[in-house]
Amino acid sequence: MSHDGHHSVVIPAPGPEFQSHTVAHHFDTPVQEFQSAKLGFWLFLATEILLFGGLFAAYFYYHQMYHETFHLGGQQLDWWLGALNTSVLLLSSWTMAMGVRSAQTSQKGKLLMYCGLTVLGAVIFLVIKFFEYKAKNEHGLIEFAHLFDGYNGATGQLSWFTDHDGVMAGVPHGHLFFAIYLTMTAIHGLHVIIGAGLIVWIMKGAAKGRFHAGYYLPVDLVGLYWHLVDLIWIFLFPLLYLVS
Amino acid sequence: MTTNVPAVDTHVAEPTSGRKNFLNCSSGFMSWAGTLDHKRIGLMYLVGVSIAFLCGGLFALLVRLHLWSPEGALFANADYNQIFTLHGAFMVFLFVIPAIPGSLGNMVLPLMLGAKDVALPRLNLLSFYLWCSGAVMATLAIILGGFDTGWTFYAPYSIYTDKAVVSIGLGIFLLGFSSIFTGLNFIVTVHKLRAPGLTWFRMPLFVWALYATSILQVLATPVLGITVLLVAFERLYNIGIFDPRLGGDPVLFEHFFWFYSHPAVYIMVLPAFGIVSELVSVHSRKPLFGYKLIAFSSLAIAIISFLVWGHHMFTSGQSTYAMFAFSFLTFFVAIPTAIKEFSWVATIWKGSIALNSPMLYTLAFLIIFAIGGLTGVILGALNVDIHLHDTYFVVAHFHYVMMGSIALAFFAGLHHWWPKMFGVMYNETLAKIACGIIFIGFNTTFLPQFIMGSRGMPRRYATYVPEYAPYHHASTIGAVILGLGIALMVYYLVASLFSGKRAMQNQWGGVTLDWHTPTPPPLENFDHSPSVTTEVYDYSVLDLETTRTPAS
Repeated sequence: MSHDGHHSVVIPAPGPEFQSHTVAHHFDTPVQEFQSAKLGFWLFLATEILLFGGLFAAYFYYHQMYHETFHLGGQQLDWWLGALNTSVLLLSSWTMAMGVRSAQTSQKGKLLMYCGLTVLGAVIFLVIKFFEYKAKNEHGLIEFAHLFDGYNGATGQLSWFTDHDGVMAGVPHGHLFFAIYLTMTAIHGLHVIIGAGLIVWIMKGAAKGRFHAGYYLPVDLVGLYWHLVDLIWIFLFPLLYLVS
Repeated sequence: MTTNVPAVDTHVAEPTSGRKNFLNCSSGFMSWAGTLDHKRIGLMYLVGVSIAFLCGGLFALLVRLHLWSPEGALFANADYNQIFTLHGAFMVFLFVIPAIPGSLGNMVLPLMLGAKDVALPRLNLLSFYLWCSGAVMATLAIILGGFDTGWTFYAPYSIYTDKAVVSIGLGIFLLGFSSIFTGLNFIVTVHKLRAPGLTWFRMPLFVWALYATSILQVLATPVLGITVLLVAFERLYNIGIFDPRLGGDPVLFEHFFWFYSHPAVYIMVLPAFGIVSELVSVHSRKPLFGYKLIAFSSLAIAIISFLVWGHHMFTSGQSTYAMFAFSFLTFFVAIPTAIKEFSWVATIWKGSIALNSPMLYTLAFLIIFAIGGLTGVILGALNVDIHLHDTYFVVAHFHYVMMGSIALAFFAGLHHWWPKMFGVMYNETLAKIACGIIFIGFNTTFLPQFIMGSRGMPRRYATYVPEYAPYHHASTIGAVILGLGIALMVYYLVASLFSGKRAMQNQWGGVTLDWHTPTPPPLENFDHSPSVTTEVYDYSVLDLETTRTPAS
């Protein structure tokens, strides 16, 4: 099936359980509306990648400058939990793609099921992430209770990085790896939460029969967003967990 | 190319008085606050950026008055730091970046394309509200203790100062996304909503300029977003990457900042180029000389602008080779820019020049921008810049571009489209007088700054040695003249809304699609969807009757 939306002109909304869609007044055709929204959304995704681009640039800069720190820091992360989360997100990308496909073929039940599975994937990801953060907290690598307590210039002590097991003792500025790890994964985690929220919103619309072969644009766009969230993680995982 | 055929199939001679337009088609607070109409959103932007401009201007006057005496006339040194920071931050982030795309761009771009609206009207309204929330955060930051880092927020000072950097940082993050969404919207609109027959090379050059601007907004601004967030994180939980105490590198901040902020210079100036391109053609009633060259030079500037950010950092500690490359690449910006300047002059050459107030502002732009642009080339030269870095020479240079060129082009566009937007004309005599006052005031303010800068007066200092006093006196007198000129402009523009003469349907005799709608435009812009059959700026199709028919 074509993805450029041309078929949406030909296939009418099937069955009374679906709502018909009105094209916004400033568009001449549904194709124009579909293509405009799609182009706009791709541009938005580009800005998301550039936003993370700043973080990736910082990562590479300090990886180059303190490579021992990043080598040792990477070893403190549970690579198998990271790998598990990678699989969960990859799987959820597949369920999301199947959800978009279900909307395109007007299969309301399947759309709801696949979206539900995707949200489940998001929740599993966040739960695993929580346990990873918890472990870092216990080892004094990221102490969340003291995150905002500041830096003591006199003692040189950073409130949230005590490293009481001394795992990072031999390398310079051990906190930098964990600061970057926390910032990148937290911003990514925020995107996971936003994405899951958007999918729940899609499910509400789907339950009312808003999406079908004649109109599935929001499902398509949220799907793209979810794939981006997945894609960014695919870069984060090797850079943070596997560099050592 | 066909001639003697109307450029579009709409006709404006229909009912002229009493018909509804976008201004009076509905009323009430929500009909504006919740509007999706690009013209109303453009007007709300116009009000917003004008208020920001007047605030920024007030701060500028305070700066100039303070510098009347060598030991500082008005403030304690620490307070002066806040005043010039407020001036810079308000002018750059709340006025210069959003002003032309947000107000005139929103108003005119869909009209020029023959479209009913921008492609994503809800996103357009969201952009405006993001701008508002950014303005609120900036104001909140003043209440929470102000900020004194300069508009550039250089680390590590922005990390250590006890002022409200987080608040203004988040404000700039929101303003950044406002700018991104405007750019995104314009790109989609240009790609998808052009009228039938309006090919890429029939688009007015204001549209080309906004398109190039939009690319920069979408590609550069996210980096500013993450940079100000990282400064906020630095202050909230000591992420450490810009803090040398924690192993971080403050120069990385400068790279991030200028990776955005150099392209941002062209986000600011390209729309101004677009306005000037339109106006030299309309008011000389002559097709643009070098249409395609001007169109492509906008894109060339957009591309080159990503490769030159290091010229802001010649004294910050980069490798010598990087400095060579950045200096060399900087010179390349001069080529497409000079192509534009020469094309504008060649357009006016032997044209039927009408010295209307928009044209006077445009001519003022051409003179001022020549100085602003050429001094940029001087600063791009590595060895010269080492000497001039952080002096008033730099201040004078970027004010010749930002204030003298961009703000004047904005005024030119405002005067040009004012009768289109409101259907009324301001007092032309006062407009011409104001333009003269602004031109004189501007040059009196900033020419002396080139001289004192080249003699070593550093920027941002609250006090100075007495030998610079004559230059500062001239500059302050100029600033007061400039302020009076702008006050006069605000007066006659606002007065025209209450007692202005009715404008003509096609006040200046333009032939682009924005002049083929009724004036002021109805809510849906065109009575019939237009289609284009002629080349752009073909004045042989101008229906002179429309320049004599009063606006509805």
